Amino acid sequence: MKSYFSTLFTGAWSLILGLKVTIKALFSPIVTCQYPREKLEVTPNYRGHIDLVKFADTGTHKCISCGSCMRECPSDCIVVEGEKQEGVKGKVLTIFTLNFTKCSLCGACVEVCPTKALDYCNDYDLAGFAREDFHYDLLKRVEERE
Amino acid sequence: MDIFYSLLPDLIRMVIAAVCGAVIVFGNALVMGYAERKLAGHIMYRPGPMEVGPHGIYQLVIDGLKLMGKQLVIPKNADKPLFMLAPILAFAPVFVPLLVIPFSDKIQGFDLDVGLLLILAFASINVLAILIGGWSSNNKYSLFGAIRSVAQNVAYEIPMLISLLAIIFMTNTFSLKEIAAAQSPVWFVILQPLAFLIYIVAMVAETNRAPFDLPEAESELTAGFHTEYSGMSFSLFVLGEYANMFIVCSVATVFFLGGDSGIPLPYFEYTGIIWFLLKVYLLMFFLIWIRWTYPRTRFDQLMNFCWKYLIPFSLVNLLITVVMVKLL
Repeated sequence: MKSYFSTLFTGAWSLILGLKVTIKALFSPIVTCQYPREKLEVTPNYRGHIDLVKFADTGTHKCISCGSCMRECPSDCIVVEGEKQEGVKGKVLTIFTLNFTKCSLCGACVEVCPTKALDYCNDYDLAGFAREDFHYDLLKRVEERE
Repeated sequence: MDIFYSLLPDLIRMVIAAVCGAVIVFGNALVMGYAERKLAGHIMYRPGPMEVGPHGIYQLVIDGLKLMGKQLVIPKNADKPLFMLAPILAFAPVFVPLLVIPFSDKIQGFDLDVGLLLILAFASINVLAILIGGWSSNNKYSLFGAIRSVAQNVAYEIPMLISLLAIIFMTNTFSLKEIAAAQSPVWFVILQPLAFLIYIVAMVAETNRAPFDLPEAESELTAGFHTEYSGMSFSLFVLGEYANMFIVCSVATVFFLGGDSGIPLPYFEYTGIIWFLLKVYLLMFFLIWIRWTYPRTRFDQLMNFCWKYLIPFSLVNLLITVVMVKLL
């Protein structure tokens, strides 16, 4: 008989406490981000697809067209080509493309790069209408970036 | 012809009352659907519908249009006539109780001597609609939902009736208008707090809302009795549910919160409806509030609570009321 009433009172008290929690939440400000209207800042640690780094001292990338990343890539999604040019030491990069549809973001290319020319970018809201939208020309991207 | 002319005022009154009833049912569903989603959102720290119109106020209109445009899918082995009958049976009876609810002194369809009995009789048709819908869908989830609904509603009808009966003993009438008028000095919520609490709990269970939404129980039974319903037949169930909420809250207002009584306004015979609707929608807010606060009860807990707590307490309350009425 005692437990009959004690269950009733502890139960009723817990119900009132629960109502207090939700009424407080009802009048608190919202915490969600209205995504297409407003966007959050992405942390610099974010690992998007790879990009060539633009160095401030030279104003361009530091790729030496060694092709290590291309060979290291487990998914075969990087194509690097370079050619010898008159009066320039070493090879000059002519093609650097990434097929992001196959990339598994393992980061082996970034690890292996001898000149630290590769890094992850911060693009996250990627969507497209065709597969080809995700075949990136990284050389063009590094030139267009300021 | 003389009979026709003598009946004409009543006929006109009936037509106007029916039209007003339809306006209340659809308008209430629009307001409550929006309020429910907005409040649910803000309780979860998110804004709720925001896209259609400023703060998403047209969301429910768009949803209604979408539901009207959808195809009515009938499962292959369903019992077709019953399957089509169930949503109509859930929706049609909600108009009748609206006719006898005294919104204010002069705004009332008909003041019947048996107003309360009429409301309770038509409100319980909803159980039949759920049973038919669940049974005819030929789906195990629907059937389980229907069975649960019947067990739950039969159990919760008893404390609801007994708690209202205590008020009936005090006022000696079934007419809602007279019951509302009987509490002009003190509302019955002060004289009968236990009956009010019991009625509130039974009311939530009667309308099949959380934490007693076992007939729907989306985490266990997909959507319970309306799993197989789509388009307009689904939305008839939803309209019926919101209209039932309005009716049970109106009954609570009439029986415990003094009907249309409040601070006097000019033309109070008509403007009393403002106080009435304010009380009804405060109760509806409470229903939404508890829906988004409490988790669903297990079925045995639900039954235990009804048979071990609500019914004994309401019987004791009734006994005390009867003794007090006799003594005073």
